[in-house]
Amino acid sequence: MSILNVSNLGVQFRTNDGMVNAVNGLTFELNQGQTLGIVGESGSGKSQSVLAMMGLLAKNGTASGEALFHGQNLLTMSPRELNRIRGDRISMIFQDPMTSLNPYLTVERQMTEVLELHKGMSRRTAKKRAIELLDAVRIPEAARRVNMYPHEFSGGMRQRVMIAMALLCEPEVLVADEPTTALDVTVQAQILSLLKDLQRDFGTAIIMITHDLGVVAGLCDKVMVMYGGRVMEHADADHIFYRPTHPYTIGLLGALPHLEANDDELTSIPGNPPNLAHMPKGCPFAERCTHARAGCADTIPPLVAIDGGALRACHIPVAELTVDNKEAAHV
Amino acid sequence: MWSYTLRRVLVTIPTVWAVTTVCYLLLHITPGGPFDGERKVSAAVLANLQAKYHLDMPLWQQYLYYMKSLLQGDLGASFRYADWSVNELVAHALPVSLTIGGSSLIISLVLGVVLGIVAALRQNSPIDYLVMLISNMGSAFPSFIIGPVLVLVFSILLKWLPSGGWDDFAVSYMVLPVALLTFINVSTIGRVMRGSLIEIMNSNFIRTARAKGLPMRTIVFRHALKPALMPVVTLLAPLAISSITSAVVTESIFSLPGLGKLIVNGAANRDYTLVLGLVVLVTFMTVLFNLLVDLAYALLDPKIRY
Repeated sequence: MSILNVSNLGVQFRTNDGMVNAVNGLTFELNQGQTLGIVGESGSGKSQSVLAMMGLLAKNGTASGEALFHGQNLLTMSPRELNRIRGDRISMIFQDPMTSLNPYLTVERQMTEVLELHKGMSRRTAKKRAIELLDAVRIPEAARRVNMYPHEFSGGMRQRVMIAMALLCEPEVLVADEPTTALDVTVQAQILSLLKDLQRDFGTAIIMITHDLGVVAGLCDKVMVMYGGRVMEHADADHIFYRPTHPYTIGLLGALPHLEANDDELTSIPGNPPNLAHMPKGCPFAERCTHARAGCADTIPPLVAIDGGALRACHIPVAELTVDNKEAAHV
Repeated sequence: MWSYTLRRVLVTIPTVWAVTTVCYLLLHITPGGPFDGERKVSAAVLANLQAKYHLDMPLWQQYLYYMKSLLQGDLGASFRYADWSVNELVAHALPVSLTIGGSSLIISLVLGVVLGIVAALRQNSPIDYLVMLISNMGSAFPSFIIGPVLVLVFSILLKWLPSGGWDDFAVSYMVLPVALLTFINVSTIGRVMRGSLIEIMNSNFIRTARAKGLPMRTIVFRHALKPALMPVVTLLAPLAISSITSAVVTESIFSLPGLGKLIVNGAANRDYTLVLGLVVLVTFMTVLFNLLVDLAYALLDPKIRY
């Protein structure tokens, strides 16, 4: 059953350079218990698209299109209505656990206020529930540590607190914006397996935003690859990893460092992401694409379905791409 | 926390000693003496006066003599106010300055914080521009211009309030000086509060609070206010010093018998003991205000523990 239906979502920012389109025509649906990965480089619009849905865009940003949560458009809701949904039925984990918790309030206060607000619990009951959740995210001595301030926790522990806080009301959708980017690799793995367990226990649908393909491979059912504010490819995770059909996805997978290969140099996609204020007329990736041909830079390729249900936005037919990506299987 | 406070209080002693010693020397280096006037006194009278105030002793003996009485809490006898000891002069002036400066500080804190919050939450709206206009005026116009304008409007044109003077803590005499100090203090506090709250409202943890669905009221008062107050607290020490211990201009404009007026008179008259006594007092209060500010930090910010 689909919980979230996003269609033609766009995000624009008013800047000194004029209007900047950070996200264009984003369309996807999210089903109960499903995990959707949104992958892309910095500036690809992956974070802005979820911030738009949560009503958290910066002051100079506006969202267009539709983001229907059980049929209600999140983008046109009054702040009051939106406040009834966010934190309760849709919640969010942010990238930087060091700055995303309020340093001036105890963990207990930051957690109980959510339950007091959305569930009408007393502070005392809310505190019990907060301790349960901290236990669930495996914070040792939760009953004691709940009274501490964020600076008394390590980075990984703070991210666990963020996750526990986001899960307090057992939301239907959990948006995780690069939740492991700021953490050590070992801690990353712990956090990801924690998210998996919690998803199993709570049945939460997850939108996982990341630039780390390893995270996607371990966690996601569906993957959306974004570039220059547009979706390049949107398909099942297996499809993305084993049968990528977009030059950008292929490039991304090729850029993963391989343990077995004894290369001295890391493979990269040549060039830089486009400046959002001066987007090329055609395909945003054309400039860096090894397959680009005449016409790619002139018209934007539409996102269309191919055999097998995958969606791709590329002028080059799949058959003509040199897909030699068996190595990607290692992820 | 207590041991920290005790340590800070003990540090006051060498600070006061150093400041006093430097001022003592500076006063004696400056040419002229307390009894130099337009009307020459006879040599015999001068010798008597100098003997009375120990000015005939070598400087180091005078200094030791002064320090000894200072240790006993005695600031000495005033050179110019014949029947007054400096202790008595200060005892009369301090309550005046504390009342005027202190009440202005409290009103400014409340008013400045409220205006700062309103302006920050309505950034770039007419209200914000109005608050910033008032604030910039308070910072740009010196008090010796605002003061006389207040007198012109409220005392001379409207005849609502006395133009100056002091009548045993009568409120009507306090209104204008308090208003002048408040105007100047509010302009600083309001501007700092606005800037600091705008910055905090753009921080990551406020985004988290918004993502939790908290109403604006809770976000501002529970999540943003404390961190936004930190720079304002930092300001309070210098503002307290300028409003209470050295509101020289304000006290002169309104002829208030406060500490600022005493400093001016003491310096003009080369009243050594009076000036030194006030220096000791101001130093002591400066250290005290700074200590209070540091303790307030610890109350506000859980990361700061002494």
